[in-house]
Amino acid sequence: MTSQKCRHLLGALSEYIDGTLEEQLCTQLERHLADCPDCRIVVDTLNMTVSLYKQSADLTSVPEEVRQRLFRCLNLEDLLGNPKTS
Amino acid sequence: MNSKKDVAFSLEALKTGDRLEFARLVETYYEMIYRLAIKMLNNPQDAEDVLQETFLKALRGIQTFDGRSSLSTWLYRIATNEALMALRRQKPNIISTDEPLETEEGEQEPIQIVDWCCLPEPELMSAEAQRYLEQAVSRLSPNLRAVFVLRDIEGLSTQETGEVLNLSETAVKPRLSRARLRLREDLSGYFGEKLVEGKGVE
Repeated sequence: MTSQKCRHLLGALSEYIDGTLEEQLCTQLERHLADCPDCRIVVDTLNMTVSLYKQSADLTSVPEEVRQRLFRCLNLEDLLGNPKTS
Repeated sequence: MNSKKDVAFSLEALKTGDRLEFARLVETYYEMIYRLAIKMLNNPQDAEDVLQETFLKALRGIQTFDGRSSLSTWLYRIATNEALMALRRQKPNIISTDEPLETEEGEQEPIQIVDWCCLPEPELMSAEAQRYLEQAVSRLSPNLRAVFVLRDIEGLSTQETGEVLNLSETAVKPRLSRARLRLREDLSGYFGEKLVEGKGVE
């Protein structure tokens, strides 16, 4: 990860893990990854970073009283249905 | 994550002030707006303010909604702007440490090489780790944070993220890249220590 090559390819990793990197650069990167264990670690941990944040979204819930106060401030209190069961 | 964004609403009913239809809109989207706000601001009270202000503005502004973007994109746009304004109020004078990266490719940035992917799931998903993840996001500059939250937490496409932030796709991509790399560095520091602690116990 100290070589110029690694530094140069760093900016391509985000698109690489999304699968949207253009073909030529993708081939170049994969050729480099085959010989560079450090860069493979960066790719894996970058993937894991994004994946952990994706999972963290599902852990966020809205407290029921926040939902009730929202409906109240919009004068929709009478239309407040049953609490969501999630 | 974004399964609700295609729910159909009667724009006509919304524009004529149909309360039932607006309540249905609120019920459909309040969770995603709250999540965006809490991830952007890392503070429940500020997030609730953004949530309320977003729907109050939507209620007042629905007349001028032109339907060029989807309703969810429109709501995200209002909420993101509210959150960015709230951030300015939270820390009016602080310039985030990642701003220098905005100018160059970050050639001299340190890069941590620690393979923490092998940590057990309970360690990666612990409550403490969750708090660390949230703090790491709040260390990003507001602009990078908005791109990252919309794209990777809310699961919007690059194009949708651009629509919300009024940026081209080519402007979204490098920001997302910088945000992800920076978070990876931050998490590598945190989980790298966990790795060392774990080995110490063995």
